[in-house]
Amino acid sequence: MSVSGLIPVLAALTLSPLLFGVINKVKALVAGRQGPPVLQLYYDLLKLSRKGAVYSATTSWLFRAGLVGGVAAVVAALLLVPLGGTPAVFAFRGDFILALYLLGVARFFLVAAAMDTGSAFEGMGASREVFFSALAELALFVVLAALAHGTQTGTLSAMLGGVTPELWRAETPSLALLLIALVLVLLAENARIPVDDPNTHLELTMIHEVMVLDHGGPDFALVLYTSALKLWLFAALVVGVLPIHDGPPAAAFAAGLAGMALVAALVGVVESAMARLRLARVPQLLLGAAALALVGFLLLAAG
Amino acid sequence: MTNTLLILILLTNLRLLISSRIHACVRWVAAQGILLGLLAVVGRQADITLLGILFALFTAAIKGWVFPWLIFRAIRESEIRREMEPYVGYNLSLAIGLAALGVSFWLGRRLPLPGLPGPLFVPVAFFSMFAGLFLIVSRKQAVTQALGYLVMENGIYLFGVVAVRDEPLLVELGVLLDLLVAVFVMGITMFHIQRDVESLDANQLTQLRD
Repeated sequence: MSVSGLIPVLAALTLSPLLFGVINKVKALVAGRQGPPVLQLYYDLLKLSRKGAVYSATTSWLFRAGLVGGVAAVVAALLLVPLGGTPAVFAFRGDFILALYLLGVARFFLVAAAMDTGSAFEGMGASREVFFSALAELALFVVLAALAHGTQTGTLSAMLGGVTPELWRAETPSLALLLIALVLVLLAENARIPVDDPNTHLELTMIHEVMVLDHGGPDFALVLYTSALKLWLFAALVVGVLPIHDGPPAAAFAAGLAGMALVAALVGVVESAMARLRLARVPQLLLGAAALALVGFLLLAAG
Repeated sequence: MTNTLLILILLTNLRLLISSRIHACVRWVAAQGILLGLLAVVGRQADITLLGILFALFTAAIKGWVFPWLIFRAIRESEIRREMEPYVGYNLSLAIGLAALGVSFWLGRRLPLPGLPGPLFVPVAFFSMFAGLFLIVSRKQAVTQALGYLVMENGIYLFGVVAVRDEPLLVELGVLLDLLVAVFVMGITMFHIQRDVESLDANQLTQLRD
């Protein structure tokens, strides 16, 4: 257990809503608008947390437990993810498997809460979410397995810390493929544009948003906060594959934070540049990501 | 540099396996041809001759420009846009392609050819042949099957770049000319199939009629 590992977790807890602010600001700038302030999600969270909550008569305790379980599982996963050369709080052999399944637990809670409302729309969204994330999980596992093989380590902290400039020089193509696959997984898991449109108002095309239609007030604030934490976690994985962990810890950590902003800006650019894919094409995109990751893995193993 | 080119060739193969639009497929095959031409220059940096460069340019021109032009003409005359209902679906094609890729890497490890510029040549060559062969057997449109033939030939050409290092440029030239004739013949055949059967679906050729 490392105490300095609490710094990335604290950064995630306080700064993660900022990522959405950066994404929206970049989208607004590309479209030539002023856009909402970068801190908008903080204001939204504050506003929502002061509202009262309304619960449907058909929901049970599961509906409320789902939110708490979801945010708890994501925070637990964050304890295993390093940022910018600072190792995570806990690191043990195979911890990346636990991290991925903690994310799976968070998803289970969200889906269970959505199903508990008995709404047809939410059931549809839950079904899509589970299907797509099952495909995304394949790509994610292959990427992490490849990194474990490439760095010859078994913990998330050592794997991401082991992606040095030397490794990049030796294995540029395969690491680039893994990075692309990881970005695609980030977009899919966080319901960003080629997979799901966060701004849509049509329930039939939604995936993530449709599952949380029945949450209001403080509950919805918790949902938004959980998705911000999840985006932070995936962005930390993407930043981890970049070769920026060298140098003094403080500088490396600052570079990590800058990398997070860069990832958010990249998501904003992607969202400005392309439209949502047809739902039938999404599995192809995710399988493509898995294929890229597998090619990267084979190249690492053969080289 | 050589490795990057080989990986790009590998990725174009995977892209061909999941693409349903025939126009896009032709463009990817053209891109692959140009990559092969580049590879013929970069792959033999040490002993590159003027003749070698000319030959590489010739390859790129034929595979990247003449073949696509011929195939595009055949497509225009038969008015097809996309491959309908292949025997094997696109996602499954991708999965099979990945399995073939794994097998290719295994074969590459078992078959260490002497004097290779990199460890990727043999796997990528094998994979191109597998992917081409798979395109031929799994697609119904004659155009896609012709593209599969070209991809397979690209794999054989890769072997040529590797194995037949300097000597028989003439042999390769001969292969290329053969191929040119083949694509001509395929174009003409496609035109005739289209005129007689009113479709380029190779499935329809099993029905006999006067």
